Amino acid sequence: MSQLFFGYFAGMIAITAILVVVFRNPVYSALSLLVMFFHVAGLFITLHAEFLAAVQIIVYAGAILVLYLFVVMILNVTQDDHYHSQWRIAGVVCIPLFIEFMLLLSGGAGALNTGSPSLQSGPHEAITANNTLAIGKTLFSTYLFPFEVASLVLLVAMIGAIVIAKRDIGEHDA
Amino acid sequence: MTIPISYYLILSAIVFFTGVMGVLIRRNIIAILLSVELMLNATNINFVAFSHHLQDLGGQVFVFFALTVAAAEVAVGLAIIIALHRSRSTINVEEFNLLKW
Repeated sequence: MSQLFFGYFAGMIAITAILVVVFRNPVYSALSLLVMFFHVAGLFITLHAEFLAAVQIIVYAGAILVLYLFVVMILNVTQDDHYHSQWRIAGVVCIPLFIEFMLLLSGGAGALNTGSPSLQSGPHEAITANNTLAIGKTLFSTYLFPFEVASLVLLVAMIGAIVIAKRDIGEHDA
Repeated sequence: MTIPISYYLILSAIVFFTGVMGVLIRRNIIAILLSVELMLNATNINFVAFSHHLQDLGGQVFVFFALTVAAAEVAVGLAIIIALHRSRSTINVEEFNLLKW
């Protein structure tokens, strides 16, 4: 049963990821990325990461994608987007990387599947049935300082975005 | 019946290389940013899969921080796109050669 779910989510993620690159209209690209975000959230639920699935839908699908669609509609993008002339270089970069990855994976798959028993007991709490509670406890004890730094990153990004996108800064005021 | 971790790695690799291809071959700067989102999501899938595999919550917390950084990146990136479109009135990356010498 879990393999059925994984097959569905993985297939849809792969297809919609390719469609994001293939569609020439940015609105269609953004909408297929939306479908992909929902399926990634489903994959997170099958991995018992319910909190991250909710955050994925709220932040990515709710905030980031809406921001993209707003910008696409503000800029009034036309559809005449052809592919870049460097697609041959892109193929030369990507295909050897992909083959290399497959070779690595076929070599190390046995070692990954067995899993060393010493890794099973991590220093943090085990993933319990109450995923959100466990994440909250870890976030506010072990990762408290990175959490504060993340809030600083968001503040800097907010101020930076306002300053960059502001029209004619320093021309009419000064 | 559990899924082997290598399946998640393969899925993540497919999504990541699709993102790399998108960054390299698209000329629309918004499509390039969407491809960057694809790559970020591929790493998130890897983090959560390994977090489940090793029974360690650190991976999920890291995905949380990656989401924060992705939101910041999108806000600043789209602001830069709006500023560029205001000065050059195009979003084709081949037209932007301001920093080229």
